[in-house]
Amino acid sequence: MTIGRQKKRISGAWMFALAALALLAPKVRAQENADCFNCHSDKSLTGTRRGKTVSVFVDEKKFAASVHGSLECVSCHADLAGAELPHADDLAPVDCGTCHDKEQTLHAQSLHGQAVARGDALAPRCVDCHGNHDILPVKDRRSPVSPLQVPFLCGKCHREGSPVQRQRAIHQDRILENFSESIHGEGLLKKGLIVAPNCASCHTAHFILPHTDPRSSISRHNIAATCTKCHAQIESVHRKVIRGELWEKQANVLPACVDCHQPHKIRKVFYDQGMADKDCMRCHERPDIRSSKDGRSLTVNADVVHNSRHAKIACSQCHSEVNASHIRACETITHKVDCSSCHAEVGQEFAKSTHGQLLAKQDPNAPTCKECHGTHGVLGRRDPASPTFPTNVPDLCARCHREGSRAAVRYTGDEHQIIERYTESIHGKGLLKSGLTVTAMCTNCHTAHSILPKSDTASSVYRANVPKTCGQCHHGIEESFEQSIHATMVGKTDKALPVCSDCHSAHTIQRADKDAFKLDIMTKCGRCHGDIAKTYFDTYHGKVSQLGYTKTAKCYDCHGSHDIRAISDPKSHLSRENVVATCQKCHPGATRRFAGYLTHATHHDPKKYPYLFWTFWGMTTLLIVTFVFGGLHTLLWLPRAFQMRRELKAREAAADRDQTPPVKPEDDQQPPEKNE
Amino acid sequence: MGTTETGPPEKEFLRFTRLNRTLHIVLVVSFLSLALTGMTLKFAYTGWASTLSRLFGGFESAGHIHRMAAFAMITIFIVHLVDVWRLRKREYGSWFRMLKSPDTMIFNRKDLQDLTGNLKWFLGRGPRPQYGRWTYWEKFDYFAVFWGMAVIGSTGLMLWFPEFFTLLLPGWVINVATIIHSDEALLAAGFIFTVHFFNTHLRPEKFPMDIVVFSGRMPLEEFKRDKPLEYEELVRTGTLEKHLVESYPPVVIRAIRAFGWTALTIGLSVVVWIIYAMIFAYR
Repeated sequence: MTIGRQKKRISGAWMFALAALALLAPKVRAQENADCFNCHSDKSLTGTRRGKTVSVFVDEKKFAASVHGSLECVSCHADLAGAELPHADDLAPVDCGTCHDKEQTLHAQSLHGQAVARGDALAPRCVDCHGNHDILPVKDRRSPVSPLQVPFLCGKCHREGSPVQRQRAIHQDRILENFSESIHGEGLLKKGLIVAPNCASCHTAHFILPHTDPRSSISRHNIAATCTKCHAQIESVHRKVIRGELWEKQANVLPACVDCHQPHKIRKVFYDQGMADKDCMRCHERPDIRSSKDGRSLTVNADVVHNSRHAKIACSQCHSEVNASHIRACETITHKVDCSSCHAEVGQEFAKSTHGQLLAKQDPNAPTCKECHGTHGVLGRRDPASPTFPTNVPDLCARCHREGSRAAVRYTGDEHQIIERYTESIHGKGLLKSGLTVTAMCTNCHTAHSILPKSDTASSVYRANVPKTCGQCHHGIEESFEQSIHATMVGKTDKALPVCSDCHSAHTIQRADKDAFKLDIMTKCGRCHGDIAKTYFDTYHGKVSQLGYTKTAKCYDCHGSHDIRAISDPKSHLSRENVVATCQKCHPGATRRFAGYLTHATHHDPKKYPYLFWTFWGMTTLLIVTFVFGGLHTLLWLPRAFQMRRELKAREAAADRDQTPPVKPEDDQQPPEKNE
Repeated sequence: MGTTETGPPEKEFLRFTRLNRTLHIVLVVSFLSLALTGMTLKFAYTGWASTLSRLFGGFESAGHIHRMAAFAMITIFIVHLVDVWRLRKREYGSWFRMLKSPDTMIFNRKDLQDLTGNLKWFLGRGPRPQYGRWTYWEKFDYFAVFWGMAVIGSTGLMLWFPEFFTLLLPGWVINVATIIHSDEALLAAGFIFTVHFFNTHLRPEKFPMDIVVFSGRMPLEEFKRDKPLEYEELVRTGTLEKHLVESYPPVVIRAIRAFGWTALTIGLSVVVWIIYAMIFAYR
């Protein structure tokens, strides 16, 4: 597709002529395109190109919608102007340069153009990037050369494994991959910022040359200019490296952008960050440096910073407002470090939390970020040395929330001794004794930054949110609880419904397989289900439980624990389908009749349990009658018995005196016959 | 018991055979065990109960003791029935003659007369009735055991084997059985530990206890006073001598008294406990 200058002029003249024609004789011109589409709108139409049979169908609609829609076919297919129809096969290649001569020229000089000239089969021509009849404006997002599409367009050839990448001398590898991970690629592809640089922004669209070519946009000489197209003020940032302006003037003697910021991998830094920190440390490494305001030490231990999570963060990124043009760059600082400038989301959460609200009110007790996270030595929560490492969190929170400390003294709720109780709870033991860092600690339930009182509907410990909070770890239980009557009745009843903490408590959570918990849970159920619990205690199961043994059926053994459902629910453990199996858990021989045992029987309800009521009263009557008769008989006997005793004693005394037993019968023994 | 300085060792009247005495001792032990272990459940809501239950080694162990005692009681009941059978054969030849004899355990006209006579005596309107071998309250106590065995025993078996019994009976029968078993047991324990204790042991002329049922022997004086009709009958038929035996040595008597004291103490403690539970902790 080498095009002579002469031909270009000719084509220019043609264009002018055609434009004139278009204005003067639209019908004639219309007929001409229509003439072409007479045949070329046939999808099955084929022709030959360099000996191969190819489809020569042209989509009229797409053409009309393209940037060239207003042009004549013969404007581009110039060799057909005035030709007899149907025309011969093997047309001359379309010369875009007829109109786009500037681009054509650049392309011709570029790597791509040179390859085309060499006859390289892989070399891209205009049509390979731009298409032919359906060329769209660059601003149309569907265009393959629109900014968001460019990496994919170039990537067609410059991706790993493509013929170009394998067979041609390309010195960079993983170009597309690296680009997509770079800050540029992230901006373009992930964030959709069309102003973020794409391939063409650095390499140009048509004048693509190797970096060894001094004319190339990415040559050592030109790279600074290329980068500063966007990074306009970059010199001021790099003043410590070198006087930035020299890059543009004497790029050959200075490191080029790409020496530090590798092409395509920009941000995968290998350059040393925080070089300006040395300026700060010049003063702040001195052990005696103190604030002129309050005399606090301002010494910064470089090692501490270096080992911290923020090792790669420059001083000025946190201590913003520094002015590099001052010798004491920090003297312009007016505000304290604002962590939310980087940790924006966390900052927003914190501001809404009780801690944040107190801080906003300038409460002296309000904790700030550094209260928990520290300052220069901030460590990630996965670092065991960090105060925010799970096993350290209870102690961290205890600093203020231990009984008598500054947060605890202003607390008016009913949760007390929380640190001590937590430590003794199953979570506390899991975390602190067993060292299981996955065990729930303060922030798992209360969140780290969105801490709110349980009265706040947004709080993680607000009643309605508790199952979800516990479900973070106890997911399976949350799932079955969500199906239970305690959860599904939410909103359908005005009765108080329990959440996890009502049975398990908040800070004193015990192992559910411990006797104390098993027995206690019945009083928990009884808080709401008072009557039914009372009647349970009238049965054998209840009485044994009351004695302090856990082997007989307790509420949850029959009703289930988290999956309690209405007995009318077929999925209930006590539904008609399931009740026998439930009994069989303990009574292997249980039958349906056996399941008819009244587990909540009371003999005080004649309507519900007439058999029991009347049995009880029958027995009670029997008892009363028997005892009344027995008692009366005994009481009546008593005076006589005492009398007999006295007489016996007297007789014994007399016998002792006489040494002979008195055989004289007493009064009451005398008339034995008269019994009636 | 004891000897006078002048005469030969005083003979005592043998009221109970060795088997009877053994049966009563086993009955006492099993009854107390049943009462104690059973009450722990009945009055589970008192602190008393859980302490006692722990003392028995937990509810399961208490349950085992309860069932072992029940087994013992059923056994002695059967042994007694066999003994009665043999007694009929040996001494009477027919049920009719046995049950119509003066020594019968069956309530008869004489018992009604004794009851009314005794009530009159209580009120000072007449002399003390002349009792035969068995007084009416002794007969009452005797048949109370039969009634108790039937009522408590049958319901107890239902509670012991609920899976078996509900093969035929509806489940609520177990609830009914529970009420009957427990209330009848309350009646039995309450009656034995108060009325029987008083009638037999605590009534002032016997106080603190009458050990005849354990030793089998009672002084002739006492026999003449308490069972004049039987005495006269024996004298009349000249068979009294056959019923006179040597006293037990003091060490045996002491052992018997110790046993008696233990049983009395336990029984009365249960009464105190029941009253406490009924008055202060009833629900």
